[in-house]
Amino acid sequence: MDPQRKRKIRLVVALSVAVLLAVALIYTSFSASTEAKEPSQLLTAAPGTSYEMTGKVVKGSIRHQGSGIAFRVVDRDGGGQSLPVTYTGTVPDPFRGGREIVLTGAIEGGTFVGEPETLITKCPSKFTTKSDA
Amino acid sequence: MPSLGSALLALAFVTALAAAAIALAGRDGNRRRIDLSRRVVYAFCGLLTLCVAIIEIAFASNDFSFNIVAQHSSIETPAFYKLAAMWSSQEGSLLLWAWVLSIVSSAALYATRAKLKEIVPWATAVMMGVAAFFTGLMLFAPDVNPFSSLSPVPADGIGLNPLLQHPSMMIHPPMLYSGYVSLTVPFAFAIGALITRRLDAEWIRSTRRFALIAWALLGFGLLLGARWSYTELGWGGYWAWDPVENAALMPWLVITAFLHSIMVQEKRGMLKVWNACLVVAAFSLALLGTFLVRSGVLQSIHAFGDNTVGPYILGLIAVVLIGSTALIVSRLDDLRSEKRIDSLVSRESVFLVNNLLLVAMTAVIFWGTFFPLISELFTGDKASLAAPWFDRYTTPLAILLVLFTGIGPLLAWRRVSWASARRVFAVPAIVAAVAALALALLSDTTHKPWAYALFVFSAFALTGLGQEFWRGAAARRKLAGGSMPAALVGVVSRNRRRYGGYVVHIGIAVVLIGIAASSSFQTNRDVTLRPGQSAVVDGRTMTYVKPTVAVNDEYLQFGSVLRVEEGGKLVTVLHPSRRYFRPTGQPVGTIGSYFDGEATSEVGLKAGFGEDLWAAPQPDISAVQRRVRAADKGFRACVSGAPGTPPQCKALALTMRAAAANPQLRARALGQIAGIQSATASRIAESYLTDNSATIFKIIVNPLVTWMWIGGLIALMGALLALWPARGRRRGAVVSTELDALKEAKYREIRDAELDHAAGKLSDEDFALLDAELRKEAVQILDRV
Repeated sequence: MDPQRKRKIRLVVALSVAVLLAVALIYTSFSASTEAKEPSQLLTAAPGTSYEMTGKVVKGSIRHQGSGIAFRVVDRDGGGQSLPVTYTGTVPDPFRGGREIVLTGAIEGGTFVGEPETLITKCPSKFTTKSDA
Repeated sequence: MPSLGSALLALAFVTALAAAAIALAGRDGNRRRIDLSRRVVYAFCGLLTLCVAIIEIAFASNDFSFNIVAQHSSIETPAFYKLAAMWSSQEGSLLLWAWVLSIVSSAALYATRAKLKEIVPWATAVMMGVAAFFTGLMLFAPDVNPFSSLSPVPADGIGLNPLLQHPSMMIHPPMLYSGYVSLTVPFAFAIGALITRRLDAEWIRSTRRFALIAWALLGFGLLLGARWSYTELGWGGYWAWDPVENAALMPWLVITAFLHSIMVQEKRGMLKVWNACLVVAAFSLALLGTFLVRSGVLQSIHAFGDNTVGPYILGLIAVVLIGSTALIVSRLDDLRSEKRIDSLVSRESVFLVNNLLLVAMTAVIFWGTFFPLISELFTGDKASLAAPWFDRYTTPLAILLVLFTGIGPLLAWRRVSWASARRVFAVPAIVAAVAALALALLSDTTHKPWAYALFVFSAFALTGLGQEFWRGAAARRKLAGGSMPAALVGVVSRNRRRYGGYVVHIGIAVVLIGIAASSSFQTNRDVTLRPGQSAVVDGRTMTYVKPTVAVNDEYLQFGSVLRVEEGGKLVTVLHPSRRYFRPTGQPVGTIGSYFDGEATSEVGLKAGFGEDLWAAPQPDISAVQRRVRAADKGFRACVSGAPGTPPQCKALALTMRAAAANPQLRARALGQIAGIQSATASRIAESYLTDNSATIFKIIVNPLVTWMWIGGLIALMGALLALWPARGRRRGAVVSTELDALKEAKYREIRDAELDHAAGKLSDEDFALLDAELRKEAVQILDRV
């Protein structure tokens, strides 16, 4: 086989592999992703579906409950009705009232039940330009 | 002082623009203008150094007239963290960016002062353009001037977030920044080379060092960040595929690819377009990282207030991408390869594969990181991808990469006959097979096929690399005699780049072993215990012996003594605890204010070569908090002079009333209150010891995780070895012209081939062929000299 043709074949094979991989990547990312919602949207969400909730912990709402905690969250801008949340396990260091959190879980009986190990609390002090730290 | 700083910053901005303009004026090779522009860059560096010094002095001397000091420090902030507080702020971090850029630009221009006289003016202009951008940002964008002042001057500052008070914070951000910023140098020289069409390997040879420095700094920054997360965050993980982590990992992966592919260009004159694309990608990703942490477009644990500089940086990225792409397209003719790959069994083809793997990994991470934006574009919903998705793609790629870290060093350049290949692969392949068998029979690692594959491939890579050192030393010994260790030192110090690279490969293989073991075979459990109770975690009995308490002005600490036993024998005693910090910089409040501030886990960690025992507690302090509330209520009742209060209360109430009218008494009154409060706080906190309240312990048994840190340090050592300036015989060589450099490079290539031959990597026929080729090329160069 002449080298010109060999190179062309090689290029076509490589490109097809790349395209296949890219398609797999795109396909799995849409099926594996969890939708992000704010607490006010979750109040009416379908039970059982997994969501990534982004909200703000209501100050003074955190209570110990068994081996976990229960608290309420509101939308990040502080508005809207609050949503009750339960979470089992230890919480990250920065977790407390008034903080923004990201938590994956589902609605069960009107309460957002977080999956263990998915609670992310934002660390507020870096690069904030206003003195709300 | 703030106004002096502002003036210096404005002067620095003008200086950067001037340096760029003078450099461009000297682009036709006017030596005097080029020299002048270099000196103006030094002056720019000096001015920014002064700016940084003014900020640091303000932090050290508690000068709260600086807004930045009042927002990020306080009188009580420990001196060490006062110095680190600069880069915990938006404006301070921008200043750090510009300052580091001024240093690396000066260093790069100093290193190339006698070389690349066509490229240097353009490179200077690019670097100073970027510098002017960041300096201008601080001056003209709202709210980010580090020298903005406060009036009236507050008595105390807000203080530095206790979470950031960790020794790593002193070096983790500057490391990452320096890594990001150092990428400007190879980018600037690449642009210069493209504009002037000087696209031989010369610009690469002169700036390779800066790419390697950027690689080492960025890698070390990532490692420190992982370490910080592991020991400080009370979470126990070291990597979360968080957007900000990914933002630092992506340029690192791309620059890793670049460091390999530029060798192909240097030695064979191939992959020029690819290299130009990689360096542009690495720099754009570094800017993107800088942008991400300042924009709030993605959800991250590193939350950053929405602010004003994001759009500007995005604009810069757009300019860089569009400009560079246009430039590369217009130079495609000059970027054509001089040669083609001779054989699939050669080092350059392995480098090509490793480049594809690294770029594929970057593409996966990029897609995953920006998926929330992509999905919002297509579906209208912001959906995000979690760690398992990232793992699914990066794990197989990482496993293949570790295999190639072993294969690459075993192959010689250009072509290797199958016979030679069989000879060098024999031992590593046998060791890998033995390792595979031993792991399958003696351990349960086969349950985790990915980890199993990684262990086997690592065994192959590490043996192959070990064999390289052994054969190199043996060849040297044959040549120079002496003992084996002396021969090893000799061969390594004469071929620093090569063996430094091998050491990095060893480090990376070790890091990946640590990651694979700790992520696949980790035990991670939450157990709830009361004092005296125990639980069994992964065969170890964990006994919560007793609670502990510590109180001081800064924090309340609720700790625990956790005894760990295995088979009836004491393994260790851990002392994990949780601290509740009082917000600093506020007048004395209530005892309850201890619970208004941050809380941090002080992790109990027993690190070992085999495994780490990690514990972080979450104490139930609701009883303590109840008592605190009662005490605060009692205190208020007391000073309000309610009936039935003890006489001390009345005295205190009187003092407070007097203090309200007479400011001189204020300090005394506050002191009195603080005294009473801290005594009460101690008493209440100590009641925790007898509360018998439950604590949730997060307990992690992490096998081989220590090797991650060790491997990281080995890789860093390797980078330093490769960076260390060459000594001895090469120092004497006069490298003043580009032709001289070309000659030196060809000599090095011949020496490399000789070493490969002596070490048995090239068969006699292979070597004879290659040597003849190389010598012919050398003669051609000598003819031109």
